[in-house]
Amino acid sequence: MADTTASKSPAPGTSRQMLAEFWFYFRENRGAVYGLYVFLALVAIALLAPLLAPHDPIIQDRGALLVPPFWQDGGNANYLLGTDAVGRDILSRLIFGARYSLFIGVVVVTIALVGGIVIGVVAGFFGGWIDMVIMRVMDVILAFPSLLLALVLVAVLGPGLTNAMIAIAIVSQPHFARLTRASVLGEKDREYVMAARVAGAGNMRLMFRTILPNCLAPLIVQATLSFSGAILDAAALGFLGMGAQPPTPEWGTMLAEAREFILRAWWVVTFPGLAILITVLAINLMGDGLRDALDPKLKRS
Amino acid sequence: MIKFILGRLSYLIPTFIGITIVAFGFVRILPGDPVLLMAGERGMSPEHYQEMMARLGFDRPIWQQYLDYLWKLLHGDFGNSIVTKQPVLSDFLTLFPATLELAFCAIVIAVVIGVPVGVLAALKRGSWFDQVTMTSALVGYSMPIFWWGLLLIILFSGNLGWTPVSGRMSLLYYFPTPTGFMLIDSLMSGQKGAFASAASHLILPSIVLATIPLAVIARQTRSAMLEVLSEDYVRTARAKGLTPRRVVGVHALRNAMIPVITTIGLQVGVLMAGAILTETIFSWPGIGKWMVDSISRRDYPVVQSGLLLIAGIVMVVNLVVDLLYGLINPRIRHS
Repeated sequence: MADTTASKSPAPGTSRQMLAEFWFYFRENRGAVYGLYVFLALVAIALLAPLLAPHDPIIQDRGALLVPPFWQDGGNANYLLGTDAVGRDILSRLIFGARYSLFIGVVVVTIALVGGIVIGVVAGFFGGWIDMVIMRVMDVILAFPSLLLALVLVAVLGPGLTNAMIAIAIVSQPHFARLTRASVLGEKDREYVMAARVAGAGNMRLMFRTILPNCLAPLIVQATLSFSGAILDAAALGFLGMGAQPPTPEWGTMLAEAREFILRAWWVVTFPGLAILITVLAINLMGDGLRDALDPKLKRS
Repeated sequence: MIKFILGRLSYLIPTFIGITIVAFGFVRILPGDPVLLMAGERGMSPEHYQEMMARLGFDRPIWQQYLDYLWKLLHGDFGNSIVTKQPVLSDFLTLFPATLELAFCAIVIAVVIGVPVGVLAALKRGSWFDQVTMTSALVGYSMPIFWWGLLLIILFSGNLGWTPVSGRMSLLYYFPTPTGFMLIDSLMSGQKGAFASAASHLILPSIVLATIPLAVIARQTRSAMLEVLSEDYVRTARAKGLTPRRVVGVHALRNAMIPVITTIGLQVGVLMAGAILTETIFSWPGIGKWMVDSISRRDYPVVQSGLLLIAGIVMVVNLVVDLLYGLINPRIRHS
């Protein structure tokens, strides 16, 4: 028995074996797997939006204002989830909205992750006054409630999707910097780093090739949290009129436009929010699974 | 202990200076000339412009202007609102009780429900109770609260007609507000129905604002409890033959509460961000709505000082929580 299992699994230490181990633990968490499926479906919807959407998300049908969903009186199959106050198809807007939300998540996390890693590695690796100055600056950013700081930054930069993404990236970046610094501090005095230094590796190589790969696990978990957080914050900024501007089919902006109709047309309010909730929930479920699979401390229990 | 407190305080001073630099710099990097902005459409003569520049100190080096700004802050001068012409600090103090009342109710809801739920879920790990509550907690944690608030309005104000849509108090009642807390002031006024009106205005916003802290606290309590329950001292307490109630209530819960208190403290920042959205949805006259309105009205003195005051409050609360943490955690207390 032992022989057959040993021959099936790849040699230990290779990336394939690590991936297999990761998948083994990730699969244990049923919620995480469901989250992954929903997330993959959302990615497919975002990529195929022009093919899937029955209507143009921006074109207004003046003959069909506030049409209810098809199962309600007055609804029809042409507009499955109904139309908004200017006669745009809600389903199509939701489908195109998936593009914006995922795009926002990817851009924000990429900027915050790269910025945070560089800042955190530099602070942890060099220590001393560089570390102190960097960490005090991070403390200052974290002292503000993130949404408030993002709101004010957007007010300075001017409302719009690009500026909203920059603002959210700035306020979520310190989390990555702190995590990276903490892991680097734990790693930099290990023997393998010393060995690499003795072998003649320069600072850049030591920082980013030798140390960084060993600090990635907590960063991956934080990245999923920031991904869902970015989607929520961008939707909140859109809702407050500071994010994507109408007629962009961004979910938060759709909610802002729908606000005055809440007591007349429940569907214009309900569906965009549901889309945000499902997306954020799916990503958070995946984040939980990633944490369980990557955190050796939890694996024991 | 005193050393611990002093250490924390000295840690805060550079952060606070940083916050003032951000608030000061924020107005500097705004596009547009501040003096021309004040002049508005009328414009002004070049002589008058020079005079205004000198009077407001804009002709001096930037570091001198910053020190000036800091000096004024230390004397309680937070500038005047462009819109209301009132000192920002007095507007802030008028509106802050509304936010405080809302945030207080929210955190009470979050703690009173979140902690017992987390403890029970940990004790019955894997049960249906654990699964249902922890799934709900994850949904709550993922909730866009501005949408959640709108849904509750549709259901409870629109369809059922149980609660009012917005504001803090029905216009039918009028009474002095010495404390600024509607729940207390309405009781003190002795008017029939006033308290019920205040409570019915407060309930939905509190639920909305409590949602994310509740989810976080329930999850954190559960994982802290699970960690503590596997510790040796809990096993020892069980082996000694103590009742399960005593093992859980005294030995486990007390230790599990240490990280939970930090989590509760961290929710203050979350509550402030949440207040911005909650107050906007329910037209709640607090500082969150005030900030949003001021941003859209370009009332920059208010935005600048509001940012500073809110960050200051969050910092002070976090300091208090830190100290409390030191007080209840023997490992820090005795070091």
